[in-house]
Amino acid sequence: MSKISRRKFLAGSVAGGAAVMMTPAQKSFAAGSFEGFPEGMGVLVDLTRCVGCRTCEAACNLEQKLPAPALPFDDTSVFDEIKHGQKRRTTDKAYTIVNRYEPKGADEPLYRKIQCNHCNEPACLTSCFVNAYKKTPEGAVIYNSKVCVGCRNCMIACPFHIPAYTYHSAINPVIKKCIFCYDTRLKEGKPPACVESCPQQVMTFGKRKDLMKIAHERIKKNPGKYVDHVYGEHEVGGTGWFYLSSAPFEEAGFDTSLPKEPIINNVKDFLAIVPMVLTIWPALFTGFHLLATKGKSHGHGDDHSHDEQEGH
Amino acid sequence: MVNAGKQLMTGLGVLLLISILAMSCYAMDVFPDEVEIDVLENLYEGVAFDHAMHVDATENCSVCHHHTTGTGVESEYCAKCHDGEKEMDSVSCQNCHSADPVSAENLHNPKPDYIYHDDKPNLKAAYHLNCIGCHKEVDGPTGCEDCHAKTEAGDKFYHSGEFAPKESAKGSGH
Repeated sequence: MSKISRRKFLAGSVAGGAAVMMTPAQKSFAAGSFEGFPEGMGVLVDLTRCVGCRTCEAACNLEQKLPAPALPFDDTSVFDEIKHGQKRRTTDKAYTIVNRYEPKGADEPLYRKIQCNHCNEPACLTSCFVNAYKKTPEGAVIYNSKVCVGCRNCMIACPFHIPAYTYHSAINPVIKKCIFCYDTRLKEGKPPACVESCPQQVMTFGKRKDLMKIAHERIKKNPGKYVDHVYGEHEVGGTGWFYLSSAPFEEAGFDTSLPKEPIINNVKDFLAIVPMVLTIWPALFTGFHLLATKGKSHGHGDDHSHDEQEGH
Repeated sequence: MVNAGKQLMTGLGVLLLISILAMSCYAMDVFPDEVEIDVLENLYEGVAFDHAMHVDATENCSVCHHHTTGTGVESEYCAKCHDGEKEMDSVSCQNCHSADPVSAENLHNPKPDYIYHDDKPNLKAAYHLNCIGCHKEVDGPTGCEDCHAKTEAGDKFYHSGEFAPKESAKGSGH
């Protein structure tokens, strides 16, 4: 058995070679080409169903043990709040919020729930240099506050402006955001608190790939009701939470200028050069220098060999 | 005698016709005048649903009951498979719309009816989408507390009523 025949060796090397050839194609986990875990969960958000009751906000507050709100959750005056020229945003005390929009030509307002979209290839994750973020196989983008150094790179990287910062904490400020109720629910296969609380089932929880089919079916079954686009199917490489709307998405506050590719692709080419510059260039140019200066050691006052030459 | 017999037959015929018409309108022999919807009672109290009024208002049971009451089919989508001519054993909302359709069990082992009714709303949504959807069109009540009063648990959940934030007057400040 210990002897390897020539035939076995050849067969083995062919199989090994084939395996090497196949592996990258099958996995394709390289940055920028990851299309999400196949069994990853997602949420389909149908804006046409939302009535702006804010029950999801209350459910999130309770589930995530967040501090009491400034106003009751059934107070709709928050829809008129404008801070720094913008509608409400997610904060370290509210991981999800609902905003009201008035699309042109529509009879009634459109409400939009905002929370982390749990990207297939999250920009927050790729921007984090302490590896605090993780995309779990269940589909959640979670983070480890213990290793967060509070650099806020993720806040700048996120195309949806989701991660918030505990600015009030002077000693250990950290990032806070929606985690898909990973610890308390998703891990056990349960939907997040906001989804379960919604009276209108604005949000449907399930496997991302199944929900995507349902999203397109809804568009097909109800001609004229929806814009023929699923926001988040391809945006920034695909998101775990994606949206259907009756009005053009930009009129409901969505950023429709986002690329279809993950954010990391913007800098991937540049980042690939960095190791080359740092490792190959010094050796390469030292080599060039040595070659160029070989045998012409005159004129260098601080050169050792020069010193020796001068010595004799 | 002959006349009387003929009259009787005619009378019976008319009665039969009326009853057939009545049956086709309200295929169920008996339907409740009021339905107490309290199965999901938690943050809000149950709803005393005036079924009789809604039967009069919609005129066709299929507007809400899809294809189960033997009164035909309203939705084109349902009509692809169902003609709605036969009254089914289960006509109540909760017989088909599960209160917990997103249980881990359902998600990982889809039941056969999930393949065809794969986008069926859960019970809470079935009520609200149906009620509010129609009420928007006919100017019916659409606010939460127009239909059911908030419970104490609800006030606690929404931080409203006696659980309202103390500084709510200046709370919205920047």
